[in-house]
Amino acid sequence: MADLEELYREIILDHYRSPRNRGELDSPPAHRVEGFNPLCGDEVVVSMVVEDGKLADLKIGGSGCSISQSSASLMSAAVKGKPVEEVRRLISTFKGMMSIHEAALGPDGNGDAGGAADAESDPVEIDLDKLGELAALQGVVKFPVRIKCATLSWNALAQGLDEVGAEAS
Amino acid sequence: MTAATPTPGAGAPATPAPLNVEALRKDFPLLKRTVNGRPVVYLDSASSALQPQAVIDAMSRYYETTHANVHRGVYATAEEATALYERARVVAGRFVSAPDPAHEVVFTKNTTEALNLVAQSWGRANLRAGDAVLLTEMEHHANIVPWMILSEELGGLDLRYIPIDDEGRLVLDDLDRLVDGVKVIGVSCMSNVLGTINPVRHIASVAHEAGAVVVADGAQLVPHSSVDVRDLGADFIAFSGHKMMGPTGIGVLWGRSELLSAMPPFLGGGGMILDVKLDSFKAAPPPARFEAGTPPIAEAVGLTAAIAYLNDIGMDRIRAHELALTNVALERLDEKLGSDVQIFGPPPGDDRGGVLSLAYRDVHAHDLAQVLDQFGVCVRPGHHCAKPLMRRLGVQATARASLSLFSDEHDIEVLIEGLLEAGRLFG
Repeated sequence: MADLEELYREIILDHYRSPRNRGELDSPPAHRVEGFNPLCGDEVVVSMVVEDGKLADLKIGGSGCSISQSSASLMSAAVKGKPVEEVRRLISTFKGMMSIHEAALGPDGNGDAGGAADAESDPVEIDLDKLGELAALQGVVKFPVRIKCATLSWNALAQGLDEVGAEAS
Repeated sequence: MTAATPTPGAGAPATPAPLNVEALRKDFPLLKRTVNGRPVVYLDSASSALQPQAVIDAMSRYYETTHANVHRGVYATAEEATALYERARVVAGRFVSAPDPAHEVVFTKNTTEALNLVAQSWGRANLRAGDAVLLTEMEHHANIVPWMILSEELGGLDLRYIPIDDEGRLVLDDLDRLVDGVKVIGVSCMSNVLGTINPVRHIASVAHEAGAVVVADGAQLVPHSSVDVRDLGADFIAFSGHKMMGPTGIGVLWGRSELLSAMPPFLGGGGMILDVKLDSFKAAPPPARFEAGTPPIAEAVGLTAAIAYLNDIGMDRIRAHELALTNVALERLDEKLGSDVQIFGPPPGDDRGGVLSLAYRDVHAHDLAQVLDQFGVCVRPGHHCAKPLMRRLGVQATARASLSLFSDEHDIEVLIEGLLEAGRLFG
Protein backbone atom coordinates (compact mmCIF):
# COMPACT_ATOMS: atom_id res chain seq x y z
CA MET A 1 0.00 0.00 0.00
CA ALA A 2 3.07 2.26 -0.34
CA ASP A 3 1.57 4.09 -3.32
CA LEU A 4 -1.62 4.72 -1.39
CA GLU A 5 0.24 6.22 1.51
CA GLU A 6 2.11 8.45 -0.89
CA LEU A 7 -1.21 9.60 -2.35
CA TYR A 8 -3.13 9.97 0.88
CA ARG A 9 -0.51 11.72 3.00
CA GLU A 10 -1.44 12.85 6.47
CA ILE A 11 -1.56 16.53 5.43
CA ILE A 12 -4.04 15.67 2.69
CA LEU A 13 -6.27 13.67 5.00
CA ASP A 14 -6.07 16.46 7.57
CA HIS A 15 -7.20 19.10 5.06
CA TYR A 16 -9.93 16.74 3.82
CA ARG A 17 -11.29 16.16 7.33
CA SER A 18 -10.85 19.77 8.48
CA PRO A 19 -11.00 21.96 5.40
CA ARG A 20 -9.69 25.51 5.80
CA ASN A 21 -11.52 28.62 4.62
CA ARG A 22 -14.69 26.65 4.09
CA GLY A 23 -17.84 28.43 2.95
CA GLU A 24 -18.92 31.11 0.52
CA LEU A 25 -18.52 34.89 0.51
CA ASP A 26 -21.44 37.12 -0.38
CA SER A 27 -21.44 37.66 -4.11
CA PRO A 28 -21.33 40.50 -4.94
CA PRO A 29 -19.04 41.96 -3.76
CA ALA A 30 -17.11 38.67 -3.94
CA HIS A 31 -16.45 37.05 -7.31
CA ARG A 32 -17.73 33.51 -7.54
CA VAL A 33 -16.46 30.69 -9.81
CA GLU A 34 -17.74 27.13 -10.03
CA GLY A 35 -15.56 24.27 -11.17
CA PHE A 36 -16.90 20.86 -12.20
CA ASN A 37 -15.17 17.61 -12.89
CA PRO A 38 -17.55 16.05 -15.40
CA LEU A 39 -15.95 12.64 -14.96
CA CYS A 40 -16.78 12.19 -11.32
CA GLY A 41 -19.19 14.98 -10.44
CA ASP A 42 -16.82 16.70 -8.03
CA GLU A 43 -17.54 20.37 -7.71
CA VAL A 44 -15.79 23.29 -6.11
CA VAL A 45 -17.00 26.84 -5.60
CA VAL A 46 -14.30 29.47 -5.14
CA SER A 47 -15.47 32.88 -3.99
CA MET A 48 -12.85 35.59 -3.80
CA VAL A 49 -12.30 39.26 -3.12
CA VAL A 50 -9.42 41.04 -4.85
CA GLU A 51 -8.41 44.40 -3.33
CA ASP A 52 -5.39 46.57 -3.99
CA GLY A 53 -3.72 43.84 -6.06
CA LYS A 54 -4.16 41.32 -3.29
CA LEU A 55 -6.37 38.26 -2.91
CA ALA A 56 -7.87 39.79 0.20
CA ASP A 57 -10.26 36.95 0.99
CA LEU A 58 -11.46 33.66 -0.41
CA LYS A 59 -13.62 30.77 0.61
CA ILE A 60 -14.13 27.29 -0.75
CA GLY A 61 -17.46 25.55 -1.20
CA GLY A 62 -18.61 22.44 -3.02
CA SER A 63 -17.99 18.79 -2.39
CA GLY A 64 -16.01 15.93 -3.76
CA CYS A 65 -13.27 13.40 -3.16
CA SER A 66 -10.40 13.78 -0.70
CA ILE A 67 -8.00 14.94 -3.40
CA SER A 68 -10.19 17.68 -4.86
CA GLN A 69 -11.30 18.96 -1.46
CA SER A 70 -7.90 18.82 0.26
CA SER A 71 -6.25 20.46 -2.73
CA ALA A 72 -8.80 23.28 -2.52
CA SER A 73 -8.21 23.66 1.21
CA LEU A 74 -4.43 23.64 0.84
CA MET A 75 -4.76 26.17 -1.95
CA SER A 76 -6.89 28.48 0.12
CA ALA A 77 -4.37 28.43 2.96
CA ALA A 78 -1.52 29.13 0.55
CA VAL A 79 -3.03 32.01 -1.42
CA LYS A 80 -5.25 33.93 0.99
CA GLY A 81 -3.94 37.45 1.56
CA LYS A 82 -1.18 37.10 -1.06
CA PRO A 83 -0.53 39.56 -3.90
CA VAL A 84 -2.30 38.47 -7.08
CA GLU A 85 0.98 38.19 -9.00
CA GLU A 86 2.36 35.82 -6.38
CA VAL A 87 -0.86 33.79 -6.50
CA ARG A 88 -0.53 33.48 -10.25
CA ARG A 89 3.03 32.26 -9.93
CA LEU A 90 1.92 29.68 -7.39
CA ILE A 91 -0.89 28.49 -9.65
CA SER A 92 1.63 28.08 -12.43
CA THR A 93 4.07 26.20 -10.19
CA PHE A 94 1.34 23.94 -8.80
CA LYS A 95 -0.07 23.15 -12.22
CA GLY A 96 3.48 22.52 -13.37
CA MET A 97 3.90 19.94 -10.65
CA MET A 98 0.65 18.29 -11.72
CA SER A 99 1.17 18.42 -15.46
CA ILE A 100 4.82 17.71 -15.98
CA HIS A 101 5.84 14.12 -16.23
CA GLU A 102 7.15 12.99 -12.88
CA ALA A 103 10.44 12.02 -14.48
CA ALA A 104 11.09 15.72 -15.07
CA LEU A 105 11.07 16.26 -11.32
CA GLY A 106 13.93 13.90 -10.65
CA PRO A 107 17.56 13.95 -11.78
CA ASP A 108 16.87 11.10 -14.20
CA GLY A 109 14.31 13.06 -16.15
CA ASN A 110 14.25 11.80 -19.71
CA GLY A 111 12.63 14.95 -20.94
CA ASP A 112 9.46 13.10 -21.84
CA ALA A 113 7.27 15.89 -20.60
CA GLY A 114 4.99 15.92 -23.61
CA GLY A 115 2.58 13.08 -22.88
CA ALA A 116 0.69 14.19 -19.84
CA ALA A 117 1.72 17.82 -19.95
CA ASP A 118 -0.91 20.48 -19.88
CA ALA A 119 -0.79 22.16 -23.28
CA GLU A 120 -1.51 25.55 -21.73
CA SER A 121 1.40 25.69 -19.36
CA ASP A 122 4.96 26.28 -20.45
CA PRO A 123 7.56 24.06 -18.83
CA VAL A 124 8.15 25.60 -15.43
CA GLU A 125 10.98 25.16 -13.03
CA ILE A 126 9.37 23.23 -10.20
CA ASP A 127 10.75 24.26 -6.85
CA LEU A 128 8.99 21.99 -4.40
CA ASP A 129 10.28 24.09 -1.49
CA LYS A 130 8.21 27.01 -2.73
CA LEU A 131 5.10 24.88 -2.61
CA GLY A 132 5.40 24.12 1.09
CA GLU A 133 2.55 21.90 2.25
CA LEU A 134 1.22 21.79 -1.31
CA ALA A 135 4.09 19.49 -2.22
CA ALA A 136 2.16 16.81 -0.33
CA LEU A 137 -0.05 16.56 -3.42
CA GLN A 138 2.78 15.46 -5.69
CA GLY A 139 1.84 11.81 -5.07
CA VAL A 140 -1.23 12.49 -7.21
CA VAL A 141 0.94 12.59 -10.32
CA LYS A 142 1.29 8.81 -10.11
CA PHE A 143 -2.48 8.52 -10.51
CA PRO A 144 -3.19 10.45 -13.72
CA VAL A 145 -6.99 10.26 -13.44
CA ARG A 146 -6.81 12.07 -10.11
CA ILE A 147 -4.83 15.03 -11.47
CA LYS A 148 -8.11 16.58 -12.60
CA CYS A 149 -9.35 16.31 -9.01
CA ALA A 150 -6.26 18.07 -7.68
CA THR A 151 -6.33 20.90 -10.21
CA LEU A 152 -10.08 21.56 -10.09
CA SER A 153 -9.93 24.38 -7.52
CA TRP A 154 -6.76 25.84 -9.04
CA ASN A 155 -8.37 26.15 -12.44
CA ALA A 156 -11.38 27.82 -10.84
CA LEU A 157 -9.10 30.26 -8.99
CA ALA A 158 -7.17 31.06 -12.19
CA GLN A 159 -10.43 31.63 -14.05
CA GLY A 160 -11.68 33.88 -11.24
CA LEU A 161 -8.51 35.99 -11.29
CA ASP A 162 -8.80 36.36 -15.06
CA GLU A 163 -12.44 37.43 -14.79
CA VAL A 164 -11.73 39.91 -11.98
CA GLY A 165 -8.81 41.29 -14.00
CA ALA A 166 -10.98 41.67 -17.08
CA GLU A 167 -13.66 43.50 -15.11
CA ALA A 168 -11.09 45.84 -13.61
CA SER A 169 -9.49 46.77 -16.92
CA MET B 1 -23.59 -25.49 -28.76
CA THR B 2 -27.24 -24.64 -28.42
CA ALA B 3 -28.26 -21.44 -30.09
CA ALA B 4 -31.86 -21.83 -29.01
CA THR B 5 -33.42 -18.85 -27.28
CA PRO B 6 -35.67 -19.57 -24.34
CA THR B 7 -39.36 -19.49 -25.08
CA PRO B 8 -40.90 -16.20 -24.00
CA GLY B 9 -43.44 -16.17 -21.26
CA ALA B 10 -43.00 -19.88 -20.57
CA GLY B 11 -43.05 -19.24 -16.84
CA ALA B 12 -40.28 -20.15 -14.43
CA PRO B 13 -38.17 -22.92 -15.93
CA ALA B 14 -36.63 -25.66 -13.82
CA THR B 15 -33.68 -24.33 -11.82
CA PRO B 16 -30.88 -23.79 -14.33
CA ALA B 17 -27.73 -25.83 -13.80
CA PRO B 18 -25.11 -23.86 -11.87
CA LEU B 19 -22.13 -22.42 -13.73
CA ASN B 20 -18.67 -23.86 -13.35
CA VAL B 21 -17.18 -20.45 -12.67
CA GLU B 22 -13.69 -21.76 -12.04
CA ALA B 23 -13.59 -23.28 -15.52
CA LEU B 24 -15.22 -20.24 -17.14
CA ARG B 25 -12.67 -17.87 -15.61
CA LYS B 26 -9.97 -19.63 -17.65
CA ASP B 27 -11.70 -18.38 -20.81
CA PHE B 28 -10.82 -14.76 -19.96
CA PRO B 29 -7.13 -13.96 -20.50
CA LEU B 30 -7.38 -10.62 -18.71
CA LEU B 31 -8.26 -12.38 -15.47
CA LYS B 32 -4.75 -13.87 -15.49
CA ARG B 33 -3.30 -10.39 -15.03
CA THR B 34 -2.13 -9.02 -11.72
CA VAL B 35 -2.43 -5.37 -10.71
CA ASN B 36 -0.47 -3.98 -7.79
CA GLY B 37 0.67 -7.53 -7.10
CA ARG B 38 -2.87 -8.86 -6.81
CA PRO B 39 -4.93 -10.85 -9.31
CA VAL B 40 -7.48 -8.70 -11.11
CA VAL B 41 -10.91 -8.80 -9.49
CA TYR B 42 -13.05 -7.48 -12.30
CA LEU B 43 -16.25 -5.96 -10.96
CA ASP B 44 -16.90 -3.46 -13.74
CA SER B 45 -18.77 -5.45 -16.36
CA ALA B 46 -21.64 -2.95 -16.31
CA SER B 47 -19.16 -0.46 -17.70
CA SER B 48 -17.52 -2.84 -20.14
CA ALA B 49 -17.29 -6.62 -19.99
CA LEU B 50 -14.17 -8.70 -20.53
CA GLN B 51 -13.74 -10.79 -23.67
CA PRO B 52 -13.34 -14.57 -23.71
CA GLN B 53 -10.47 -15.94 -25.78
CA ALA B 54 -13.01 -17.18 -28.36
CA VAL B 55 -13.98 -13.59 -29.21
CA ILE B 56 -10.37 -12.42 -29.46
CA ASP B 57 -9.51 -15.43 -31.63
CA ALA B 58 -12.48 -14.94 -33.93
CA MET B 59 -11.47 -11.34 -34.60
CA SER B 60 -7.79 -12.22 -35.12
CA ARG B 61 -8.74 -15.04 -37.47
CA TYR B 62 -10.97 -12.69 -39.42
CA TYR B 63 -8.16 -10.17 -39.86
CA GLU B 64 -5.66 -12.91 -40.69
CA THR B 65 -7.77 -14.73 -43.26
CA THR B 66 -10.75 -12.77 -44.47
CA HIS B 67 -10.72 -9.01 -44.10
CA ALA B 68 -12.18 -6.93 -46.91
CA ASN B 69 -14.78 -4.19 -47.08
CA VAL B 70 -18.36 -5.39 -47.18
CA HIS B 71 -21.10 -4.94 -49.79
CA ARG B 72 -18.59 -3.80 -52.42
CA GLY B 73 -15.99 -6.22 -53.81
CA VAL B 74 -16.72 -9.36 -55.79
CA TYR B 75 -13.55 -11.22 -54.89
CA ALA B 76 -13.69 -14.21 -52.56
CA THR B 77 -12.64 -12.55 -49.31
CA ALA B 78 -15.00 -9.63 -49.91
CA GLU B 79 -17.87 -12.07 -50.35
CA GLU B 80 -16.81 -13.90 -47.20
CA ALA B 81 -16.53 -10.69 -45.19
CA THR B 82 -19.97 -9.60 -46.35
CA ALA B 83 -21.42 -12.97 -45.42
CA LEU B 84 -19.86 -12.82 -41.96
CA TYR B 85 -21.11 -9.28 -41.41
CA GLU B 86 -24.66 -10.12 -42.47
CA ARG B 87 -24.57 -13.32 -40.44
CA ALA B 88 -23.70 -11.25 -37.37
CA ARG B 89 -26.84 -9.19 -37.97
CA VAL B 90 -29.00 -12.29 -37.95
CA VAL B 91 -27.21 -13.70 -34.89
CA ALA B 92 -27.65 -10.41 -32.98
CA GLY B 93 -31.32 -10.23 -33.96
CA ARG B 94 -32.01 -13.83 -33.00
CA PHE B 95 -30.33 -13.23 -29.65
CA VAL B 96 -33.28 -10.98 -28.77
CA SER B 97 -35.77 -13.09 -30.78
CA ALA B 98 -36.28 -10.46 -33.47
CA PRO B 99 -38.93 -11.74 -35.90
CA ASP B 100 -37.07 -10.54 -39.01
CA PRO B 101 -33.43 -10.03 -37.98
CA ALA B 102 -32.01 -9.51 -41.48
CA HIS B 103 -34.11 -6.37 -41.93
CA GLU B 104 -34.71 -5.05 -38.43
CA VAL B 105 -31.22 -4.98 -36.95
CA VAL B 106 -29.03 -1.93 -37.47
CA PHE B 107 -25.40 -1.94 -36.41
CA THR B 108 -24.20 1.22 -34.72
CA LYS B 109 -21.13 2.22 -32.75
CA ASN B 110 -22.74 1.49 -29.38
CA THR B 111 -26.00 1.85 -27.45
CA THR B 112 -25.54 5.60 -27.24
CA GLU B 113 -25.32 5.97 -31.00
CA ALA B 114 -28.34 3.70 -31.44
CA LEU B 115 -30.43 5.89 -29.12
CA ASN B 116 -29.21 9.03 -30.87
CA LEU B 117 -30.21 7.43 -34.16
CA VAL B 118 -33.76 6.96 -32.91
CA ALA B 119 -34.00 10.50 -31.54
CA GLN B 120 -32.52 12.11 -34.64
CA SER B 121 -34.21 9.97 -37.29
CA TRP B 122 -37.53 8.83 -35.83
CA GLY B 123 -37.74 11.87 -33.56
CA ARG B 124 -37.17 14.49 -36.23
CA ALA B 125 -39.70 12.86 -38.52
CA ASN B 126 -42.37 12.38 -35.88
CA LEU B 127 -42.06 15.06 -33.20
CA ARG B 128 -42.95 18.74 -33.26
CA ALA B 129 -42.39 21.58 -30.81
CA GLY B 130 -44.49 21.03 -27.70
CA ASP B 131 -44.77 17.25 -28.09
CA ALA B 132 -44.34 15.24 -24.91
CA VAL B 133 -41.49 12.78 -24.33
CA LEU B 134 -41.65 10.56 -21.24
CA LEU B 135 -38.39 9.32 -19.72
CA THR B 136 -37.53 7.91 -16.30
CA GLU B 137 -35.53 9.40 -13.46
CA MET B 138 -33.13 6.47 -13.70
CA GLU B 139 -32.22 6.87 -17.37
CA HIS B 140 -28.61 6.93 -18.49
CA HIS B 141 -27.64 10.25 -20.10
CA ALA B 142 -27.72 8.37 -23.43
CA ASN B 143 -31.52 8.18 -23.22
CA ILE B 144 -31.95 11.75 -21.93
CA VAL B 145 -29.53 14.04 -23.72
CA PRO B 146 -30.43 12.98 -27.30
CA TRP B 147 -34.03 13.99 -26.52
CA MET B 148 -32.82 17.28 -25.04
CA ILE B 149 -30.75 18.00 -28.14
CA LEU B 150 -33.80 17.26 -30.27
CA SER B 151 -35.88 19.49 -28.01
CA GLU B 152 -33.51 22.39 -28.64
CA GLU B 153 -33.60 21.75 -32.37
CA LEU B 154 -37.38 21.51 -32.57
CA GLY B 155 -38.04 24.53 -30.39
CA GLY B 156 -38.97 22.76 -27.18
CA LEU B 157 -40.32 19.31 -26.28
CA ASP B 158 -42.28 18.63 -23.11
CA LEU B 159 -39.84 16.33 -21.27
CA ARG B 160 -41.52 14.36 -18.49
CA TYR B 161 -40.07 11.80 -16.12
CA ILE B 162 -41.44 8.71 -14.39
CA PRO B 163 -40.23 9.13 -10.78
CA ILE B 164 -38.59 6.42 -8.67
CA ASP B 165 -39.41 5.35 -5.13
CA ASP B 166 -36.93 5.07 -2.27
CA GLU B 167 -36.08 1.48 -3.18
CA GLY B 168 -35.16 2.52 -6.68
CA ARG B 169 -38.19 1.22 -8.54
CA LEU B 170 -40.25 3.22 -11.00
CA VAL B 171 -43.46 4.66 -9.55
CA LEU B 172 -46.05 3.59 -12.09
CA ASP B 173 -49.28 4.38 -10.18
CA ASP B 174 -49.60 7.55 -12.15
CA LEU B 175 -48.52 6.14 -15.50
CA ASP B 176 -51.90 6.62 -17.18
CA ARG B 177 -51.76 10.33 -16.47
CA LEU B 178 -48.07 10.65 -17.34
CA VAL B 179 -48.45 9.01 -20.77
CA ASP B 180 -51.40 11.17 -21.73
CA GLY B 181 -50.43 12.93 -24.94
CA VAL B 182 -46.94 11.41 -24.95
CA LYS B 183 -45.44 10.55 -28.34
CA VAL B 184 -42.45 8.53 -27.17
CA ILE B 185 -41.27 6.82 -23.99
CA GLY B 186 -37.60 6.19 -23.29
CA VAL B 187 -37.01 3.55 -20.64
CA SER B 188 -34.05 1.57 -19.43
CA CYS B 189 -34.64 -2.19 -19.24
CA MET B 190 -32.21 -2.33 -16.32
CA SER B 191 -30.67 0.58 -14.45
CA ASN B 192 -26.90 0.83 -14.72
CA VAL B 193 -26.82 2.35 -11.22
CA LEU B 194 -29.55 0.62 -9.24
CA GLY B 195 -29.73 -2.73 -10.99
CA THR B 196 -33.51 -2.31 -11.13
CA ILE B 197 -35.08 -4.37 -13.91
CA ASN B 198 -38.00 -2.31 -15.10
CA PRO B 199 -41.40 -3.68 -16.17
CA VAL B 200 -40.93 -2.58 -19.77
CA ARG B 201 -43.66 -4.92 -20.95
CA HIS B 202 -46.24 -3.21 -18.73
CA ILE B 203 -45.00 0.26 -19.64
CA ALA B 204 -45.09 -0.63 -23.34
CA SER B 205 -48.68 -1.87 -23.19
CA VAL B 206 -49.81 1.36 -21.47
CA ALA B 207 -47.73 3.38 -23.93
CA HIS B 208 -49.20 1.68 -26.96
CA GLU B 209 -52.75 2.28 -25.75
CA ALA B 210 -51.81 5.95 -25.52
CA GLY B 211 -50.32 5.82 -29.01
CA ALA B 212 -46.71 6.27 -27.87
CA VAL B 213 -43.62 4.59 -29.24
CA VAL B 214 -41.28 2.87 -26.73
CA VAL B 215 -37.50 3.16 -26.96
CA ALA B 216 -35.83 0.68 -24.62
CA ASP B 217 -32.23 0.96 -23.47
CA GLY B 218 -31.14 -2.67 -23.26
CA ALA B 219 -27.44 -2.03 -22.61
CA GLN B 220 -27.51 -3.54 -19.11
CA LEU B 221 -30.21 -6.20 -19.42
CA VAL B 222 -29.46 -7.87 -22.74
CA PRO B 223 -25.97 -9.08 -21.66
CA HIS B 224 -27.29 -10.64 -18.43
CA SER B 225 -30.74 -12.07 -19.09
CA SER B 226 -32.67 -13.53 -21.97
CA VAL B 227 -34.62 -10.81 -23.74
CA ASP B 228 -37.35 -11.42 -26.30
CA VAL B 229 -38.42 -8.30 -28.16
CA ARG B 230 -41.80 -9.84 -29.04
CA ASP B 231 -42.48 -10.31 -25.34
CA LEU B 232 -40.92 -7.01 -24.26
CA GLY B 233 -43.26 -4.96 -26.41
CA ALA B 234 -40.82 -2.13 -27.05
CA ASP B 235 -40.64 -0.62 -30.53
CA PHE B 236 -36.88 -0.11 -30.41
CA ILE B 237 -34.20 -1.66 -28.26
CA ALA B 238 -30.53 -0.72 -28.18
CA PHE B 239 -27.58 -2.62 -26.75
CA SER B 240 -23.78 -2.70 -26.97
CA GLY B 241 -21.38 -5.44 -28.04
CA HIS B 242 -18.73 -4.62 -25.46
CA LYS B 243 -21.07 -5.05 -22.51
CA MET B 244 -21.87 -8.59 -23.65
CA MET B 245 -18.28 -9.81 -23.98
CA GLY B 246 -17.92 -8.68 -27.57
CA PRO B 247 -15.62 -5.92 -28.78
CA THR B 248 -16.03 -2.17 -28.40
CA GLY B 249 -17.16 -0.22 -31.44
CA ILE B 250 -20.32 -2.14 -32.26
CA GLY B 251 -23.83 -1.56 -31.00
CA VAL B 252 -27.19 -2.95 -32.01
CA LEU B 253 -30.46 -1.21 -32.68
CA TRP B 254 -33.48 -3.40 -33.22
CA GLY B 255 -36.61 -1.62 -34.41
CA ARG B 256 -39.99 -2.62 -35.76
CA SER B 257 -39.85 -2.92 -39.56
CA GLU B 258 -42.72 -0.55 -40.18
CA LEU B 259 -41.06 2.16 -38.07
CA LEU B 260 -37.59 1.70 -39.56
CA SER B 261 -39.00 1.76 -43.11
CA ALA B 262 -40.64 5.12 -42.52
CA MET B 263 -37.57 6.74 -40.94
CA PRO B 264 -35.23 9.12 -42.76
CA PRO B 265 -31.47 8.41 -42.81
CA PHE B 266 -29.34 9.26 -39.77
CA LEU B 267 -25.82 9.72 -41.19
CA GLY B 268 -25.18 10.25 -44.89
CA GLY B 269 -22.46 8.62 -46.98
CA GLY B 270 -21.56 5.45 -48.78
CA GLY B 271 -23.59 2.31 -48.33
CA MET B 272 -26.84 4.02 -47.33
CA ILE B 273 -28.05 5.09 -50.77
CA LEU B 274 -29.69 3.60 -53.85
CA ASP B 275 -28.75 6.51 -56.07
CA VAL B 276 -27.10 9.91 -55.82
CA LYS B 277 -27.43 12.72 -58.37
CA LEU B 278 -25.94 16.20 -58.25
CA ASP B 279 -29.02 17.57 -56.56
CA SER B 280 -30.59 14.63 -54.73
CA PHE B 281 -30.22 11.15 -53.33
CA LYS B 282 -32.43 8.14 -52.87
CA ALA B 283 -31.94 6.29 -49.59
CA ALA B 284 -31.48 2.53 -49.39
CA PRO B 285 -34.02 0.50 -47.42
CA PRO B 286 -33.24 -0.45 -43.81
CA PRO B 287 -30.94 -1.58 -42.37
CA ALA B 288 -28.44 -0.22 -44.95
CA ARG B 289 -30.17 3.18 -44.77
CA PHE B 290 -28.78 3.64 -41.26
CA GLU B 291 -25.28 2.30 -41.86
CA ALA B 292 -23.34 4.96 -43.71
CA GLY B 293 -19.67 4.27 -44.30
CA THR B 294 -17.61 1.17 -43.66
CA PRO B 295 -19.25 -0.59 -40.73
CA PRO B 296 -17.53 -2.36 -37.80
CA ILE B 297 -16.89 -5.63 -39.64
CA ALA B 298 -14.33 -7.34 -37.41
CA GLU B 299 -16.41 -6.18 -34.45
CA ALA B 300 -19.47 -7.86 -35.95
CA VAL B 301 -17.46 -11.07 -36.22
CA GLY B 302 -16.44 -10.65 -32.57
CA LEU B 303 -20.05 -10.03 -31.59
CA THR B 304 -21.11 -13.25 -33.30
CA ALA B 305 -18.49 -15.13 -31.26
CA ALA B 306 -19.57 -13.39 -28.04
CA ILE B 307 -23.22 -14.32 -28.60
CA ALA B 308 -22.22 -17.90 -29.36
CA TYR B 309 -20.26 -17.94 -26.10
CA LEU B 310 -23.21 -16.62 -24.08
CA ASN B 311 -25.70 -18.93 -25.78
CA ASP B 312 -23.43 -21.88 -25.21
CA ILE B 313 -23.56 -21.21 -21.47
CA GLY B 314 -27.22 -20.21 -21.55
CA MET B 315 -28.66 -16.84 -20.59
CA ASP B 316 -30.94 -18.35 -17.95
CA ARG B 317 -27.97 -19.94 -16.21
CA ILE B 318 -26.04 -16.67 -16.36
CA ARG B 319 -28.98 -14.77 -14.90
CA ALA B 320 -29.47 -17.35 -12.13
CA HIS B 321 -25.76 -17.24 -11.24
CA GLU B 322 -25.65 -13.46 -11.09
CA LEU B 323 -28.87 -13.23 -9.10
CA ALA B 324 -27.62 -15.77 -6.56
CA LEU B 325 -24.28 -13.98 -6.28
CA THR B 326 -26.06 -10.63 -5.85
CA ASN B 327 -27.87 -12.12 -2.86
CA VAL B 328 -24.62 -13.46 -1.42
CA ALA B 329 -22.89 -10.10 -1.96
CA LEU B 330 -25.66 -8.17 -0.24
CA GLU B 331 -25.61 -10.60 2.69
CA ARG B 332 -21.82 -10.57 3.05
CA LEU B 333 -21.59 -6.78 2.80
CA ASP B 334 -24.22 -6.50 5.50
CA GLU B 335 -22.53 -9.10 7.71
CA LYS B 336 -19.07 -7.58 7.49
CA LEU B 337 -19.84 -3.87 7.16
CA GLY B 338 -23.34 -3.48 8.57
CA SER B 339 -24.76 0.01 8.44
CA ASP B 340 -21.39 1.41 7.29
CA VAL B 341 -22.32 0.37 3.80
CA GLN B 342 -25.35 1.57 1.88
CA ILE B 343 -26.45 -0.22 -1.27
CA PHE B 344 -28.73 1.64 -3.65
CA GLY B 345 -31.48 -0.12 -5.53
CA PRO B 346 -34.15 -2.69 -4.75
CA PRO B 347 -33.64 -5.70 -2.48
CA PRO B 348 -32.59 -8.90 -4.25
CA GLY B 349 -35.30 -10.45 -6.34
CA ASP B 350 -36.53 -11.04 -9.85
CA ASP B 351 -36.46 -7.33 -10.63
CA ARG B 352 -32.82 -6.82 -9.71
CA GLY B 353 -29.64 -7.38 -11.66
CA GLY B 354 -26.06 -7.75 -10.45
CA VAL B 355 -25.23 -4.07 -10.10
CA LEU B 356 -24.19 -2.96 -6.62
CA SER B 357 -23.88 0.80 -6.28
CA LEU B 358 -22.60 1.50 -2.85
CA ALA B 359 -21.62 4.19 -0.42
CA TYR B 360 -19.24 3.28 2.38
CA ARG B 361 -19.25 5.49 5.47
CA ASP B 362 -18.44 8.96 4.20
CA VAL B 363 -15.53 7.92 2.01
CA HIS B 364 -15.94 9.45 -1.42
CA ALA B 365 -16.47 6.95 -4.25
CA HIS B 366 -13.27 8.04 -5.99
CA ASP B 367 -11.25 7.38 -2.88
CA LEU B 368 -12.94 4.02 -2.40
CA ALA B 369 -12.13 3.03 -5.96
CA GLN B 370 -8.54 4.19 -5.55
CA VAL B 371 -8.04 2.05 -2.47
CA LEU B 372 -9.80 -0.90 -4.11
CA ASP B 373 -7.39 -0.64 -7.04
CA GLN B 374 -4.58 -1.51 -4.63
CA PHE B 375 -6.38 -4.82 -4.09
CA GLY B 376 -6.69 -5.40 -7.83
CA VAL B 377 -10.42 -4.66 -7.58
CA CYS B 378 -11.90 -2.84 -10.58
CA VAL B 379 -15.04 -0.87 -9.75
CA ARG B 380 -16.50 2.25 -11.27
CA PRO B 381 -16.69 5.41 -9.18
CA GLY B 382 -18.71 8.43 -10.20
CA HIS B 383 -22.15 9.42 -11.37
CA HIS B 384 -22.42 6.61 -13.95
CA CYS B 385 -23.75 9.00 -16.60
CA ALA B 386 -26.97 9.31 -14.63
CA LYS B 387 -26.73 12.70 -12.92
CA PRO B 388 -30.50 13.24 -12.55
CA LEU B 389 -30.67 9.90 -10.72
CA MET B 390 -27.72 10.80 -8.49
CA ARG B 391 -29.50 14.01 -7.51
CA ARG B 392 -32.62 12.01 -6.73
CA LEU B 393 -30.56 9.64 -4.55
CA GLY B 394 -28.95 12.64 -2.87
CA VAL B 395 -25.39 11.56 -3.62
CA GLN B 396 -22.67 12.99 -5.79
CA ALA B 397 -21.17 9.65 -6.70
CA THR B 398 -21.28 5.97 -5.86
CA ALA B 399 -18.79 3.16 -6.21
CA ARG B 400 -20.34 0.52 -8.41
CA ALA B 401 -19.40 -3.14 -8.36
CA SER B 402 -21.07 -5.08 -11.14
CA LEU B 403 -21.19 -8.83 -11.54
CA SER B 404 -20.58 -11.08 -14.48
CA LEU B 405 -20.86 -14.76 -15.30
CA PHE B 406 -17.26 -15.19 -14.07
CA SER B 407 -17.77 -13.36 -10.77
CA ASP B 408 -17.60 -15.45 -7.60
CA GLU B 409 -17.72 -15.18 -3.83
CA HIS B 410 -13.97 -14.65 -3.63
CA ASP B 411 -14.42 -11.42 -5.64
CA ILE B 412 -16.89 -10.22 -3.04
CA GLU B 413 -14.50 -11.06 -0.20
CA VAL B 414 -11.69 -9.05 -1.82
CA LEU B 415 -14.11 -6.16 -2.35
CA ILE B 416 -14.97 -6.22 1.35
CA GLU B 417 -11.27 -6.43 2.28
CA GLY B 418 -10.64 -3.30 0.21
CA LEU B 419 -13.59 -1.43 1.69
CA LEU B 420 -12.34 -2.19 5.21
CA GLU B 421 -8.91 -0.83 4.28
CA ALA B 422 -10.51 2.35 2.93
CA GLY B 423 -12.34 2.66 6.24
CA ARG B 424 -9.07 2.37 8.14
CA LEU B 425 -7.30 4.86 5.91
CA PHE B 426 -10.01 7.49 6.07
CA GLY B 427 -10.80 6.82 9.72
